[in-house]
Amino acid sequence: MSLGKLLERIIQLVPVLLGVSLIVFVMLALTPGDPVQIMVGEQAITAEQEAELRRDLGLDRPLVERFFLFVANAVQFDFGQSYYHGRPVADVIAERLPATIELSLVALIVALATAIPLGVLAAIRKNSIFDRMATVGSLLGVSLPGFWFGILLIMLFAVHLQILPVSGRIGYASEVLTVTGFLLIDTLLAGDIAAFGEALRYLLLPAITLGLPMTAILMRVTRTSMLEVMRQDYITFAEAKGLPRRRVLYRHALKNALIPTVSVAAIETGSLLGGNMIVETVFGWPGLGRLVVESIFLRNYPLVQAAVLLYAVTYVLLNFIADILYTVLNPRVKL
Amino acid sequence: MTDATLAPTPPADSLFRRNLREFRRNRLAMASVIVVLIFVIMAVAAPLIAPQDPNATDLFRRLQPPAWVQGGDWAYPLGCDALGRDILSRIIYGARISIFIGVAVIILATGVGILAGLAAGYFRGWVDVVIGRVVDILLGFPYLIFAIGLMAMMGPGLMNIVLALAYKEWVIPCRVVRGETLAVRELEYVEAARALGAGPRHIMWREILPNILSPVIVVSTIRMANVIILEASLSFLGLGVQPPTASWGSMVSDGRAFILEAWWVSTFPGLAILLLVLAINVASQGLRDAFDPRFSE
Repeated sequence: MSLGKLLERIIQLVPVLLGVSLIVFVMLALTPGDPVQIMVGEQAITAEQEAELRRDLGLDRPLVERFFLFVANAVQFDFGQSYYHGRPVADVIAERLPATIELSLVALIVALATAIPLGVLAAIRKNSIFDRMATVGSLLGVSLPGFWFGILLIMLFAVHLQILPVSGRIGYASEVLTVTGFLLIDTLLAGDIAAFGEALRYLLLPAITLGLPMTAILMRVTRTSMLEVMRQDYITFAEAKGLPRRRVLYRHALKNALIPTVSVAAIETGSLLGGNMIVETVFGWPGLGRLVVESIFLRNYPLVQAAVLLYAVTYVLLNFIADILYTVLNPRVKL
Repeated sequence: MTDATLAPTPPADSLFRRNLREFRRNRLAMASVIVVLIFVIMAVAAPLIAPQDPNATDLFRRLQPPAWVQGGDWAYPLGCDALGRDILSRIIYGARISIFIGVAVIILATGVGILAGLAAGYFRGWVDVVIGRVVDILLGFPYLIFAIGLMAMMGPGLMNIVLALAYKEWVIPCRVVRGETLAVRELEYVEAARALGAGPRHIMWREILPNILSPVIVVSTIRMANVIILEASLSFLGLGVQPPTASWGSMVSDGRAFILEAWWVSTFPGLAILLLVLAINVASQGLRDAFDPRFSE
């Protein structure tokens, strides 16, 4: 792909991002309840104080102006004050973000690590019992409500078998110095293998829950594209040449079969964002998703607004990356 | 020119009937249709079927186990929740919420999607550009996050859930209809209708729409499963239907506090969601295989 095409695609992102910001802005503007009233709560303030607060928040300006102010501030990561925390929204979000990113990445790894081998195996043994079980499994995977699956896992592994923790991020026993905020990295930096293992134990159930629908989808995609590739002439040719089947499958077929898997994975990573809210709520995971849900009930709207915008922008960028990846991996597709 | 002369007359053994026969031969899909029907009957006839009043609390029956476990009672087959309400009755009434929202969202979204998709695909030009932009922007939101944002704004309630989900859902049928319309509008029979002097409205509704309906129906049924999970997720987070109305998602959420002592409170409503969603998924895959085999594996 030429640089010009890439630039063109990047420029096309601008109206989408502006539109997304507009919707997020309108969502908050239309939310019932006066922000000043919510901020002040039960405290008694004078009319002057109220007017001053209103001016500080920019609420006295026309809506159009407020929107452009919102975008201008958002570009600088300024989302105003969190009513509840009494600190800038951006700081509160930055604090919670590593936990969410860590969980999502581990879920992604779990999904890829199970989906690709299972999908390939299902394709190689098409119509076998294994293939059918994989089909049923993937149907179950997309039909299971994540919040319920999470609770079942807790009941089985934490309550019944008592081999994994019920909820939270790490036990109180392991005090690790925060460097990156990613516990798996911080514990390794500290050289504390026991804490690393502990962090991993807390991650396991939420990551499996979050990654399940993705695993199911990626497995189907891998299976389908593997079957597709195995029908191609060059595979038949490689086999006719007398190359060992194993080598044909893994060297020739898999490489091309994984192209759709990779781009679907990039798109599905975006859907992990939504799943985060559910999974973090079920497992008491101290990430952004849970913060957003809590903030809705606290009517801490600036935080909700910033987080929804952040999620949407990430989602748009992930889809963009998925598109680009697909083109780069598969030169036959023209953007 | 009357409509009668333009309307296509189906041959004796139409494609639709052949597809329907094909679908009926798929045993797994037919079994799933029956499961879905059972849920629908359960929802419609809830007051006749439910053994107890779903909202009647009885603190003496707090967290009473299912009938087959010691301490259970066959009058309350699946046990009781923390307020002593009968779980089975609440599941039966909860089916009303899930099915109503699933059907309402899909009907609303498919209606809007067909209108927008036909307009974009048929008129192209600026109409297509405007609709395409709106679609792109809505696709920029992860679904659940968009719905959560809207629910936070509109407040909880049955109609608000339908709206919150439909606001984004219509994009999916719209894209399908637009793509199909683009493909079909240049076909000879559409050309013929145009040559005979038919107006855009006639061509869109009478010539194009009936011929692209199969993929739209297939996509809609697949999406319905998704909508039901989304509603349950909103209710689970406390942003959906408000108590005491029984909804499966909030029932699972209610049981979370008692997983140590009362596994049944969360387990059974979740099982209901799984069964219904799974049945819809299997049935819609059967529909797709029979009616729109292009996408089959």
